Amino acid sequence: MTREALAGPGHYLRAQIRWRWSEIAFWLATLLPFVLAPSYLILASQVAITALFALSLDLILGYAGIVSLGHAAYFGVGAYTAGLISTRGWGEPLAGLLAAGLAAGIFGYLTSFIVARFRHLALIMITLGIGLVLQEAANSASWLTGGFDGLQGIHTWPIFGRFQFDLYGYTAYGYSLAVLFIIFLIARRLIHSPFGLALRGIRENGVRMPAIGAPTYVHIRTVYTIAATIAGIAGALLAETTETVSLEALGFQRSADVLVMLILGGTGRLYGGLVGAAVYMVARDQFSGLNPQYWYFWIGLLLVAVVMLMPNGILGGLALLARRARAGS
Amino acid sequence: MSGYALAARGLNKSFGSLVVAADVELNLPAGVRYALIGPNGAGKTTLINLITGMLRPDAGRIFLGDRDITAAAPDDRVRSGLVRTFQINSLFPHLTALESVMLAVCERRRVAQTWWRPITAYRDEADEAYGILNSLMLGGVSQRLTRELPYGQQRLLEIALALATKPKVLLLDEPTAGVPRGESRDLFAAIAGLSSDITVLFIEHDMDLVFRFAARVIVMVGGRVLVEGTPAEIASDPHVRAVYLGKARQ
Repeated sequence: MTREALAGPGHYLRAQIRWRWSEIAFWLATLLPFVLAPSYLILASQVAITALFALSLDLILGYAGIVSLGHAAYFGVGAYTAGLISTRGWGEPLAGLLAAGLAAGIFGYLTSFIVARFRHLALIMITLGIGLVLQEAANSASWLTGGFDGLQGIHTWPIFGRFQFDLYGYTAYGYSLAVLFIIFLIARRLIHSPFGLALRGIRENGVRMPAIGAPTYVHIRTVYTIAATIAGIAGALLAETTETVSLEALGFQRSADVLVMLILGGTGRLYGGLVGAAVYMVARDQFSGLNPQYWYFWIGLLLVAVVMLMPNGILGGLALLARRARAGS
Repeated sequence: MSGYALAARGLNKSFGSLVVAADVELNLPAGVRYALIGPNGAGKTTLINLITGMLRPDAGRIFLGDRDITAAAPDDRVRSGLVRTFQINSLFPHLTALESVMLAVCERRRVAQTWWRPITAYRDEADEAYGILNSLMLGGVSQRLTRELPYGQQRLLEIALALATKPKVLLLDEPTAGVPRGESRDLFAAIAGLSSDITVLFIEHDMDLVFRFAARVIVMVGGRVLVEGTPAEIASDPHVRAVYLGKARQ
């Protein structure tokens, strides 16, 4: 029995939410691209943005058990919102983030009334449907979105009026990483709150929750709205750092990719989406360099191998190894 | 005004041609321990599902105190004090016992929607949850995952979850199902030790436990309430002996 187990409930709860050394090491490692791989900073900023997107999916999938195949809808709403504000002449990046989060959050709140009523396969169909509807709506509204050609003419102003976006991606990565970190802190607080406990309860046994007096639908609507907001902020980051938005931002492929990344990294661990996004995107970059035509072959192989060897994702596998090492020593 | 802690008026429910509840009337005064008995398929669990809102009755009304709760959602009924446990363990496998009970306490205190404060700020809730676990002899395993607990302790945790909601009326669906006989007595001792203002209705097949722990007994057969009375009255009732006890005690 560990020392924590012998102490009272307050001590136990504090031990649950304490920062671990591995977490501190992880965040320090995110600074390495600046020194070790400055030529990959553009890729690194894409990874950070996708990691934020995957983090938002983890809140609903990993914690509340809501499987979504249409999560890119909220990413896209955020991307287009930030892009449109910029093309209308206001390119201040932080304002863009806020507006994007607000727009995606409102869209998330409205759709949450539908989503909260379904589970499992029906939920996959519903979220897929929402994604498709939004994509075609954006496609047909080409007067607003630029349609198939994408949204042109985005110009992002320097951050705080000082940090200009540069060709190498120093500012883009620094900006994306800072936003990722701040929102990660918020998400971490959320999962270690009473609400986070309620979400885990829904994931563990959603049917039982009403029997302890839990308004499950209200909880699901809340977390869905929060996740949509975060996805929208991730979309805004992409629009601001690449100064373009295409229909691909809210397409099915993006929804499927982010789901794959999260499962690859491990669901319900907060870091799973971050690790999954990094592994997936670096692998895709490397494979597409080796074999420009058939790189999805290698991605497929990677997925099968990881899921077969580590059913709970990369982090699940690492946690298992760590437990075995501790048990063996 | 019904004057009862829990009352049912003319509850009816059928699945196609199968009648599972027929004109069921219940009048449970505050604080009384009731046993609900009857052969398999008599509609005992269905009745609990109807009362707690997991099933909708075809006809009839349900009152919790003075309030008509017939149309209330299950979680709303729980927050009003009508709480059940489940026959088959229905717990949170990957939450610790403490987390599970604390979750129920947080829901009751309406703080489970709070996502911006850390759980460590909720010392009161943690202490209350720990106190409930302690009262059911689960204090020592409060930090173990639910799925790692032995079966008997999981049944106790089921009751701990119900208690955390501060019930006025507690419906226990076979609390000792699958528990060895010796442990059943401990479990019922814990139930008997509950605050005397809680109305308890339990489904139980072990007649020794029924006669020992219930002040009154309701017998159901084929979706109907056959008879209600004290254990002594039930034991000597010729109808009951014919349809139920006779078979059970052969």
